[in-house]
Amino acid sequence: MIRIANGQGFWGDWLEAPVRLVEQGPIDYLALDYLAEITMSIVQKQKLADPELGYARDFPPLIGRIRSNIRDRGVKVIANAGGVNPIACARQVRRLAPELKVAVVLGDDLYDRIPELLAKGHAMANMDTGAPLSSIRDRILSANAYIGAFELAEALAAGADVVIAGRCTDTALTLAPMIHAFGWGRDEWDKLAAGTIAGHIIECGAQTTGGNCQVDWQSIPDLANIGYPIVEARPDGSFIVTKHDGTGGRVHSDVIKEQLLYELGDPKNYITPDCVADFTTIQLEDSGKDRVRVSGIRGVERPPMLKLSISYSWGYKAIGTLVYSWPQALDKAQAADRIVRERLSQLGLEFEEIYTEYFGVNACQGPAAPPVSDPPEVQVRIGVRGQDRKAVDRFTRELVPLVLNGPPTATGFGDGRPQVREVVAYWPALLPREEITTRVEVVE
Amino acid sequence: MKVPLGRIAHARSGDKGDTVNIGVIAYHRKHYPILVREVTAARLKHHFGHLVKGDVVRHELENLGALNFLLHEALGGGGTLSLRVDAQGKTFGAALLGMEIEMSESEAI
Repeated sequence: MIRIANGQGFWGDWLEAPVRLVEQGPIDYLALDYLAEITMSIVQKQKLADPELGYARDFPPLIGRIRSNIRDRGVKVIANAGGVNPIACARQVRRLAPELKVAVVLGDDLYDRIPELLAKGHAMANMDTGAPLSSIRDRILSANAYIGAFELAEALAAGADVVIAGRCTDTALTLAPMIHAFGWGRDEWDKLAAGTIAGHIIECGAQTTGGNCQVDWQSIPDLANIGYPIVEARPDGSFIVTKHDGTGGRVHSDVIKEQLLYELGDPKNYITPDCVADFTTIQLEDSGKDRVRVSGIRGVERPPMLKLSISYSWGYKAIGTLVYSWPQALDKAQAADRIVRERLSQLGLEFEEIYTEYFGVNACQGPAAPPVSDPPEVQVRIGVRGQDRKAVDRFTRELVPLVLNGPPTATGFGDGRPQVREVVAYWPALLPREEITTRVEVVE
Repeated sequence: MKVPLGRIAHARSGDKGDTVNIGVIAYHRKHYPILVREVTAARLKHHFGHLVKGDVVRHELENLGALNFLLHEALGGGGTLSLRVDAQGKTFGAALLGMEIEMSESEAI
């Protein structure tokens, strides 16, 4: 049996979580997930500004903090912290923890290969819209293939204490140690599916130990000291989800079900580079306090295509707010919205979208929210987006004047003008896996 | 009798691009057939009104006593394009639990 913990559900997750995981009980592997779909474009920009950057900057200092535990207790760390510059990330880790063996997995970054791939006839069409990649080729900011668990397992086999990948799947971080420790083959689809689903269960960190859980949430103990999830994996593909003794939160089949369904598409076809997992085969069983046993998982053959994560410069957006107080707060906020729209129209400004929400009334849940009458205050939140930066910038001047020239009791205008933000959009696409060649490099 | 869905089920929601997914889970397995009967794609589409511009698709997971819904074109473009405060659909699950469903007294026990 091996213990695999997840100590980071996204870049920005709780800094103490991975430290506590290595200090408060036994684990063999520590998986850390840093990359959301849009993160690659952020790190790409950082790399363009400084060739020594372009990775999750929280990661090297974390390894510095937990280095003695990694060395003394033999914990192996697997992270997709490399972003678009895994080698620079590894070098920084080595500076802070020179006694550790660090390996990187390379080959996912396709940014420089896009012209070649287009020339070879790969359309890399947008999976949502069907548009060919050539339609935005001049605006591409980053392009990466999601790589799977076997590539990470290879780095573990090279004896690395710390494995740093770029854009691998979130689930691969958990599956890789199982492949490495149990010697699973590339066609053992049921086992690979089990490890993939174990990865799905823990990839969002504490969301599987009682965080963001609707089941009797007020009774979930000690969220301030919530324990992050641990999978106790067995060679046959069954596993137990748990957390360290004495930590806060709750591991229960109800909680696991919520996380299993989180960000799920077709449950019979959960597609990864390693296999296709079938969520309708999962069997759950509460097997003790904060312990859930998972078994019965089936999977089928991996797909011939790999998914690409491409980001591109789309345009600009800005979102501004004003607060109106009782009485008739909603009426005043709606009047303000009408005035802003009329003034934008008079200026001849055109946007792809103008969107208005009434925060405190129904901004989150729209028509599904329960009705309110005459609320004590309402925040009107108006956003625009478009390709023309000047138009978006002009919009940002149209909210604050309402404090003096619009309906009464406007306040809460914060810093005055909202910021114009560049919109980097996500372009999901497919590419035959033969085009991707990965390799493991030990960084001295 | 009419009861809010939250009486017999819990939920979690999230995003994939411009699509919201909502997992709806029966607290007790005996209530799963009521979910299948009452919580239809058409009723979800109606419940969320103008928030959902595209189709609603339902998947069944009998092994978990759960349904998975995909609400397409529901996040104002999704991801970084969205101008919504809930750009990732985090609150849709809770919103669905307020939807009224029909069940008999004997089913409620």
